[in-house]
Amino acid sequence: MIKKIVLMGNPNVGKSVVFSRLTGAKVISSNYPGTTVDYSKGAMVLDGNKVEIIDAPGTYSLDTSNKAEKAALDILKEADIVIDVIDATNLERNLYLTLELLERDVPVIVALNLWDEAKHIGVHIDEKKVEEILEVPVVPTVALTGEGIKNLVTRVKEAKSPKKIKPTSEEGRWIEIGAIIKNVLTVEHRHHSLRDRINDLTIKPFSGILLAIGIIFISFWIVRIIGEYLSFLIVQIFENGYKPILIGLGDWLGDGIAYNILISQDYGEIIFTESLGILSTGIYIPLAVVLPYIIAFYFMLSLLEDSGYLPRLATLVDNIFHKLGMHGYGIIPLFLGMGCNVPGALATRSLETKKQRFIAATLLAIAVPCMAQMAMIFGILGKYGLYYIVLVFLTLGILYVTIGVILNRVIKGSSPEIFLEIPPYRRPSFITTGKKTWMRIKWFLKDAIPFMIFGVAVINILYTVGFLQLVANSLQIFMEGLFGLPGEASIAMIIGFLRKDLAVGMLISLNLTPYQLVIAATMLTVYFPCVAAFMVLIKELGIKDMIKSAIIMISTAVIVGIILKLILLGV
Amino acid sequence: MPKNEGEQCMTEKTKSLVDLKKGSKGKIIEIQGGHGFNKRLNVLGVREGQIVRIITKQPLMGPLTIAMGSSQMTIGRGMASKIFVEEL
Repeated sequence: MIKKIVLMGNPNVGKSVVFSRLTGAKVISSNYPGTTVDYSKGAMVLDGNKVEIIDAPGTYSLDTSNKAEKAALDILKEADIVIDVIDATNLERNLYLTLELLERDVPVIVALNLWDEAKHIGVHIDEKKVEEILEVPVVPTVALTGEGIKNLVTRVKEAKSPKKIKPTSEEGRWIEIGAIIKNVLTVEHRHHSLRDRINDLTIKPFSGILLAIGIIFISFWIVRIIGEYLSFLIVQIFENGYKPILIGLGDWLGDGIAYNILISQDYGEIIFTESLGILSTGIYIPLAVVLPYIIAFYFMLSLLEDSGYLPRLATLVDNIFHKLGMHGYGIIPLFLGMGCNVPGALATRSLETKKQRFIAATLLAIAVPCMAQMAMIFGILGKYGLYYIVLVFLTLGILYVTIGVILNRVIKGSSPEIFLEIPPYRRPSFITTGKKTWMRIKWFLKDAIPFMIFGVAVINILYTVGFLQLVANSLQIFMEGLFGLPGEASIAMIIGFLRKDLAVGMLISLNLTPYQLVIAATMLTVYFPCVAAFMVLIKELGIKDMIKSAIIMISTAVIVGIILKLILLGV
Repeated sequence: MPKNEGEQCMTEKTKSLVDLKKGSKGKIIEIQGGHGFNKRLNVLGVREGQIVRIITKQPLMGPLTIAMGSSQMTIGRGMASKIFVEEL
C-alpha cells in the first residue's frame, strides 16, 4: 500500500506549488535533523486512504555533495512512490535527476511542470514519446493554475520502476539524455519578450541597482503598513482582553516574589513593555512587538522569493558582500534585520558555510538597528537636524563594512563564491506564498517564542536579585570616563537588552547634548542584540560561537564609543 | 560526454569565460578544477560543448550572469576563470 509519496525535483521548478496543490491546509515544515535544511510535510487522500506527502529539498542530482542533497536522498529512501517534478522549459538539465531516480528501485511518475510556459517560449515536448522511452507515466502540469494535477493524482498508482534504465556513470547519463532530447524536443525560435527585457533591466549593474532600491523601499513600505496595523490590533487585545485577566490573577497572588516574577516588578502596576513579568512582558514582546513584523516581513520575503527576484538581487550585491566574507544572499539577513533582528537572524541560514553565517549574524547584531529602534533614533535626533541622524547611520554603515572585511580575513573557514540559477520571473501563487508565510510564522511561534519568554524570565530573575542594578552601577564610571556620557546612561544600556527602542527613548530624560545622543544611540545599537534576537542567535550559532560573537559586539561598542567621544566631544 | 582528443585542445582562440565581453557567445572547451567542481557545474548544465552567452558582468570583480539555452545562472569570477571557451 502507498503510504509515503515524495516530491523530488530541481530547485525552481514549481515543486512547492505542486505540493500545495496536492496537499490540504494542514502542512508542516520540518527541519531536517542536524542541518538547516527545511522540508515540508502534508497529506492527501488517495482511494480513501490517507497518504503522507513530503516535499524534499530541491536538488540537481542525488550526489551527496551538500546538505540539502543529503537530506533529499535520505527522504527519498523512505518513499513508496516518487513524483519527479520536471521544469518543461529546461528538459535536458532536469532529466539528469530523473535518470538517477529511475536507476533506483522506486516507482516514479513524472510531472512535466511549467507546461504552459514551455509552449509560450517555443519549447515543444512530445510527452507520449517521453513516456515510451522512460517507461513511466509522464503528465504535463501547470501547477499554478492546477491544470493536469487531477490527471497526475489519478495516474500516481501507475508509477513504475522500469528495469530498462541501468545505473551508469555521469557521462553515460548525459549520453542517454542527449538521445532522449533528440527524439522528443523541438524548439522554435522566439523573439525577445517583455519578460526578457525586465530580466535584463533588473540584473544589469546600473538599472538593476536603481530598481533594487525601489523594490526594497516599496517592500519596507508595505511591511510597515501591515506590521503597524497588526500590531495595533494585537495591542488592543492585550490591553482590553488580557490585562483584566492579569490584574485578577495579580489580586489573587498578592504582593511577593511570585507576583514579581510572573506579573510585574512593581505591585499593582502592569506596563507590558516594562513590567518584566513572564506573563506580562514575557508574552507581550514576542506576540505584540515582534510577531506583527514577523508576519509582514515573511509575507514580503515569500513574495520576493516566489517571484524569482531574490537571485537577481543577490547577483547585484554579490561583489560587495563577497568582500565581507559572505556572498550575495548576505543581503537577506540585512534586509529582514532592518525590520526586526529576529527574522534577520533566522535568515542567516540562507548562507552556505559556518563562516558566512557567523559573519552575517555578527554584522546583523552590531550594525543593523530594527525598525522600532530606527524610528526612535529619528525621534530623539530629528529635532536637532538631519546631520546627527546621518552621523549615527554613517557610523553603523562604516562598521558593517569594516568589521565584515576584518572578519573575512580573521575567521577561519571558507566563503564559497556565488553560484546560483536565475529562474525566469514567475507570477507568485497566492496559495503557495500564503502557505510558506504561514509555515514560517508557525515555526516562529513554536521554536522562537519559548526561547524569548525564557530570556525575559532570566532578566526578570537577574533584576529581582539585584544583579542588573549592580551591573548598571559598576558601569557608571565607564560611561563617564570612556564615552563622555552621564552615569545613568548605563541603565539605558541594561534596558536595551529588553527593548532597544525603549532604551533609546530613555535617553531623552538624561538631558544629553546632540553629540552625546549620537554616541549613546550608536552604542545602544552596537553593544548587544535585544533579548529576542539574542536567544535566536544562540539557537542558530550555538553557545560557543555566540559567546565569540558577543565579545566582538561588546569590544566594538567600547572602541566605537571611545572613538566617537574623541572625535565629537574632544578629549 | 564523449571526449575526443581534438575537443580537449586549447588553441589561441581559447579564452577564459571571464575574458568574454558582455553579449558575446562562446563554446565551452574545458572546465578545469576538481571532480566536485566539474560535477557541480555539470548538473546545472554547464558542460563541455555547450554554448554560453554573457548577459552581464557585475563591476568591482562581481559575478557573471550567463545564459545557456533557456536557463540562466550567476557564477562567481573565480569559478568562471576556470571555464575555457572558444569565442563564437
